[in-house]
Amino acid sequence: MLPYDHLAAFRLGYGLSPHLTPPADPQAVAASVQASTSLAPGDVTQDQLRDWQIEGQELGRNRREEMPGADEAFRAHRQQMNGIFRGAIVQRFARAVDDPSGFGERLVWFWADHFTVAGRNHYTNLMTEALISDAIRPHLTGRFAQMMFAAETHPAMLTYLDQSRSIGPNSIQARRNPDKAGGLNENLAREMIELHSLGAGADYDQQDIEQLAELLTGLAYYPRQPGVFQRRRAEPGAETVLGTSYGGRKGSLDDIRAVIDDLAVHPATAAHLARKMAVHFVADDPPQALVDRLAGVFSETGGDLGAMNLALAEAPELATHFRVKMRQPFEFLVAGMRSLGMDGAQIRDLPPRKVGLHLIQSMAIMGQPWASPPGPDGWPEAAESWASPQGLAMRINWALAAPAALVGRLPDARRFLHSCLGDTASETLAWAVPRAESQADGVALILASADFNRR
Amino acid sequence: MLTRRLFLKSTALIGCSAAAHPLMSTAAFASAPGDNRLVVIILRGAMDGLDVFQPYGDRDLAALRKTLSLGPDHGATDLDGFFALHPALSQLLPLWNAGQLGFAPAVSTPYRDKRSHFDGQDMLEAGTGTDLQADIQQDGWLNRLLQQMPGQDSETAYSVGVAQMRILRGAAEAKSWTPKANMDLSPQAQLLLTRIYHDDPLFREASAQAIEIVSGLSPELPEAKRGQEHLELARFAADRLNGATRIASFSLPGWDTHAGQARGIERSLTRLSETILSLKADLGANWDRTTVLAMTEFGRTVRENGSAGTDHGTGGAMLMAGGAVRGGRALGEWPGLAEGDLYAGRDLMPLRDIRAYAAWAMHAKFGISKSALEGAVFPGLDMGPDPRMLA
Repeated sequence: MLPYDHLAAFRLGYGLSPHLTPPADPQAVAASVQASTSLAPGDVTQDQLRDWQIEGQELGRNRREEMPGADEAFRAHRQQMNGIFRGAIVQRFARAVDDPSGFGERLVWFWADHFTVAGRNHYTNLMTEALISDAIRPHLTGRFAQMMFAAETHPAMLTYLDQSRSIGPNSIQARRNPDKAGGLNENLAREMIELHSLGAGADYDQQDIEQLAELLTGLAYYPRQPGVFQRRRAEPGAETVLGTSYGGRKGSLDDIRAVIDDLAVHPATAAHLARKMAVHFVADDPPQALVDRLAGVFSETGGDLGAMNLALAEAPELATHFRVKMRQPFEFLVAGMRSLGMDGAQIRDLPPRKVGLHLIQSMAIMGQPWASPPGPDGWPEAAESWASPQGLAMRINWALAAPAALVGRLPDARRFLHSCLGDTASETLAWAVPRAESQADGVALILASADFNRR
Repeated sequence: MLTRRLFLKSTALIGCSAAAHPLMSTAAFASAPGDNRLVVIILRGAMDGLDVFQPYGDRDLAALRKTLSLGPDHGATDLDGFFALHPALSQLLPLWNAGQLGFAPAVSTPYRDKRSHFDGQDMLEAGTGTDLQADIQQDGWLNRLLQQMPGQDSETAYSVGVAQMRILRGAAEAKSWTPKANMDLSPQAQLLLTRIYHDDPLFREASAQAIEIVSGLSPELPEAKRGQEHLELARFAADRLNGATRIASFSLPGWDTHAGQARGIERSLTRLSETILSLKADLGANWDRTTVLAMTEFGRTVRENGSAGTDHGTGGAMLMAGGAVRGGRALGEWPGLAEGDLYAGRDLMPLRDIRAYAAWAMHAKFGISKSALEGAVFPGLDMGPDPRMLA
């Protein structure tokens, strides 16, 4: 019988570390999430980003007007943005490696993936991190409706799903500029229902999407415009979404909050999120009893994520479905560095070349390029998606090359087997490790093993 | 290895399209008896058929589109007096004139009303209607095709890239290939790895293939230039098709043009055009026996939206190319664009199941019987009359 502290560390966190004591009971595991709700130095917020974007626009204009020194200043600004982005990525790794439980940082990843945004340039790359700071972390233990409102109205989301280009056809702005093309864009409305709340299989129709798209008009992000809502872009009049009428005369952010409050506690949303959580944390094909329990907790508490976290930490299915999930590349890298005894400070001190090679590029070749999920539905969950031959080849490569590059002196492979996997190593792996030609090969066998790559 | 490319994202990202990232592209390859070749290109994101093959002869078009699909007066090339070809495909005009390019303007899968990319692509790749059980839908139609072929158990299907395309998922063996992960293993480490993966089927399969592929099955390929991944894929596919491979499938992302469609679709069409011409050039004489089908999960709204783009729709276009097709014409009827002709008042009405064309191609080129196609490969499909699409 696997002790609970190890079970929770493998299943809800990033595995074991020789320096960290994981929480020993479900209440402590759930309580540990609080640590991930606050920001760390180096975390990017949208308020900072807004200023950087305005600065970048000015530098770009100076460059177009060929002012002296403008080219250099513009380039320096770009480099600064790149550096901040890289720093934010390193910070994500460092926090995950340092978190004794790991559950909070795993939840950050899970919810950021639920509200997927992708980076396309310097600023949208940074926005993916700002969405996490502004909309995900503060709400990890709060009500889902609050997280959803913060995420849907976040500049990163408004940009990624084209909301900033959606204008009410009868809005003040459209009426004042009749010659300018302008009108609805359904993208955010569709994903808000299909991916972020009810789920694609739920009972809604095209009319609901179109009405929601009308209701969302006014939401837009432009760095020089304060806030994220401009009434002159909003479609006047009420809209009916899923049988409920919202808004009225002029349109306001309150109307949007009202529809999100309802979508966030809809029974279909409870079922959709319960299943998604069970799939991510427990099994690709999760037991229905667990999904039903989680959905029940969600419904009874009005979408209290703290209660969901506890229900997950208490789930007996953590033990009954042990190691049926495959660690995604980010998890693999964090778990690898943790088990090698690295701490966050060591990760923050890595030279940029090593960060690029052993973290960012390796993760990309394993199939998870940072901030570039394949679509708004985020990263795939199925083990088969991650256990491709070339994905595994890169994990084997990393297991062979990265440990020595990252920590210098390697641990004794036989001791590493225990510090890394506790008492869960398979007989075959325990048999194989002492037969490796070198400590490096022994360590690589452990990190490349199915035991380590599953959780 | 990747360098700064990670930070230099493809600018073809529009709305909710997937990145044209090299590690995101997938391809599948299968061998089959005979000399005929089939290439299936999945256009991910829902291509706007109305903008690619512009029905400028339909008098209702002009009222629906303000900045898009403006026909021959704005750079498109007239094809037959009714349809005009988007300027970004003009490199393909010689193929049209030679009868090696054609299209079906109003087709779709049976998927209706929800207009979700993910479900739509699943249906296109799984090739079954939603009324079937989920476990049947999970299987890809290429795989089911392989199972219909004599001696298929000795065949190998490769799937390239991170996520296996569903099109090849199933009982037939699939292998992955990538030019970017090489292993550096001592024989002893290889042996021990083989042993430790042995009891885990998923890892056993992946590791065996990885070692096998790395030890000589995959050719050395030059590093793809940024934005040229589609050419790398096309070259690799042609190389395989010149060998034992007879069926290849891969996807081109970037068709989800919710905003600023003119720029976005131009990039995607240019990639499609270059992909087809690259296949033609590299296949040489084998091009004459090749059928290329470019399919998308559904069409887009007939009306342009407020941000000079289009939203998710129903009916759309399928493109076919190759020396084996009877092109130079539009296949099937045109439903019209008048209010009463539209699906749900907003989308082009699909007049035929897109999978029927794939089925007829397999029937003609690989001798698969209609009953096997309608029963096993595309369960529940009604192939209908022969569209006589192939030479």
